[in-house]
Amino acid sequence: MRPNNKEKLRKRARAEWRFRLYGIMSLLFAGTALVFLVSTIVSSGHSAFFKTTIELEFKLDAERLGIEIPYARENLWAGRYYTAAKYALYALFPEVTSRPDKRALSRMLSPGAELELRDYVIAHPGKIGEIVTLEVPVSSDYDQLYKGHLARSGKHTKLSARQMEQFDRLVGEGLIHYRFNPGFLTAADSRYPELAGIGGAITGSFYALLVCFLLSFPLGIAAALYLEEFSKDTRLTRMIEANINNLAAVPSVIFGLLGLAVILNVFGLPRGTPLVGGMVLALMTLPTIIIACRSSLRAVSPGIRQGALAMGASPVQVVFQQVLPAAMPGTLTGTIIGLAQALGETAPLLMIGMVAFIANVPATPLDSSASLPVQIYLWAESAERGFVEKTAAAIIVIMSFLILMNLLAVIIRSRTQTKVE
Amino acid sequence: MNTVYSINDVATAVALVDVNAAEAGLPAVSASGLTAKNVDVFYGDTQALHDVSIDICSKQITALIGPSGCGKTTFLRCLNRMNDVVDGCRVTGSITLDGEDIYAPGVDIVELRSRIGMVFQKPNPFPKSVFENIAYGPKIHGLAEHRTDLEEIVVTSLRKAGLFEEVKDRLHQPATGLSGGQQQRLCIARAISINPEVLLMDEPCSALDPIATSRIEDLMWELKENYSIIIVTHSMQQAARVSQRTGFFHLGDLVEVNMTEKIFQNPVDSRTRDYITGRFG
Repeated sequence: MRPNNKEKLRKRARAEWRFRLYGIMSLLFAGTALVFLVSTIVSSGHSAFFKTTIELEFKLDAERLGIEIPYARENLWAGRYYTAAKYALYALFPEVTSRPDKRALSRMLSPGAELELRDYVIAHPGKIGEIVTLEVPVSSDYDQLYKGHLARSGKHTKLSARQMEQFDRLVGEGLIHYRFNPGFLTAADSRYPELAGIGGAITGSFYALLVCFLLSFPLGIAAALYLEEFSKDTRLTRMIEANINNLAAVPSVIFGLLGLAVILNVFGLPRGTPLVGGMVLALMTLPTIIIACRSSLRAVSPGIRQGALAMGASPVQVVFQQVLPAAMPGTLTGTIIGLAQALGETAPLLMIGMVAFIANVPATPLDSSASLPVQIYLWAESAERGFVEKTAAAIIVIMSFLILMNLLAVIIRSRTQTKVE
Repeated sequence: MNTVYSINDVATAVALVDVNAAEAGLPAVSASGLTAKNVDVFYGDTQALHDVSIDICSKQITALIGPSGCGKTTFLRCLNRMNDVVDGCRVTGSITLDGEDIYAPGVDIVELRSRIGMVFQKPNPFPKSVFENIAYGPKIHGLAEHRTDLEEIVVTSLRKAGLFEEVKDRLHQPATGLSGGQQQRLCIARAISINPEVLLMDEPCSALDPIATSRIEDLMWELKENYSIIIVTHSMQQAARVSQRTGFFHLGDLVEVNMTEKIFQNPVDSRTRDYITGRFG
């Protein structure tokens, strides 16, 4: 008996060791995948937070700019800044004289150069007649060339040898700078990659989440409270309960179809707006919040209910003064996780038309707008090389928001845990 | 209930009661105004209490003893209508407080519960500060007009519960951080903060260690000067130590109710005798 027993024990110890090994291996696998994912995104996306600029001397000549006196805003607005910007660039290359060569050279400037010059003049009308030195953005191809994303030779080369040579000369002269690009976080979408930003998408997502929260949080809590605290256990409530659990598993695109059919076509709310997007996301988030709220209500110790009842509180007072506050941390955690899910949701927004090219930052939830995940989807489909880094950078931004939200949920949970016990 | 009490234990306990009763100048039985007559309780189709009638004596401690599942807690919960929230629970017969049927339609449960307070088996402080725990009752009953009144009520209640000195520096810290015995005294302070006439205690010491238990028993002894107390307990020694009257429940019947020393020394019913001598239960 004894030796046999020993053999069994050894086998058991080995099985345990093997199981532990499997666990460590799967953890390692998941960890490697995560590191790979994050490093790819960061390495291809970090450069979108920077821009390449060229330092030029602009002669702010009123006649050449075509600005009429007085220097009022509308007159300043109408100036020919693109021409002025081009001339400033030509001045660096006196040897370029023919029209085709000049045109090829002018490709170096982004349309943003014109806009920045205009904004500068509008802000400083007193400088008209003087010579000013400004840094203006270069166009996407040169930007990509400077960042090393563009091949210098081969069939994918977009710039001619001459253009690259000109650019390299400017780099040598120290006129090309590499700057932080705040516009990426504040600007709206653009056809020009070097000008495109996710400001519009962030605002759109923010409005949509706000609408989503304002609708789903009170509705979810009310539904959970009624089901958990006030309703009798009947066949009807059990059916509702089962359906809520099922709703949480419905593919999000179906909620989008529902939004399209009901919110847009029946109620006629404006297409592609954060308002409608938020309403659709609220439908999607509701089951999550209801389930989270119900389970935290159930977790409130019955002693608290009985204690409050015995003190003479009415059932409504018990619920609102004792039970709901005790269930709030769990509910909030569930809500934040639901909202984080909603933030990353793309399909329902495509269905309700939040997929258009919008070059403005929305001012209200009633303006057509992009949203973060849809912006990623749109950029990922674009042909220009410049949008590749923008796509990765937008993913960095949305992931940061998701991590922040989940962190908040963890903090709420751990803080209340230490408070209660 | 597997503990077997020897006759000696009980006799010692009874001797103690006698001394205490003599010291306290135990009054003759006088009704507190809380009376149950022919009370039957049903949970669905099961009858949990059969024809229970008892007068609760004023400013005394009445102990309800009996084996598990005998209906003593059910009866206690009938007295402040806590059974109302139990699905399928039905109470017939009459329970009157100062001559008014507490189960009559139109009775305000809030008012009833402000006159009959309750302390539970497991300490159940609200997950709020010590102060908020005590202030909750006075707030919902509108007993304090100003913050200062409220503070006074809180301090007085904590003093009466013998807890003030221990928690005076942590009034605004979570009550859940107190020890079990402190939590239970907090619950007692909470119950008396709204000045009830009757205090129901459902095995208030069963979750506590002996030292905390003896503190609560001392406290009950003090509280009975002002309140009528009904305590459900599993411990016969406790019943003998603290109560002046004892009722014995068995299988949903109130078998016998009498002066405590009578119950423990010379019970009328053979079932009572068997129980207190540890022959079953």
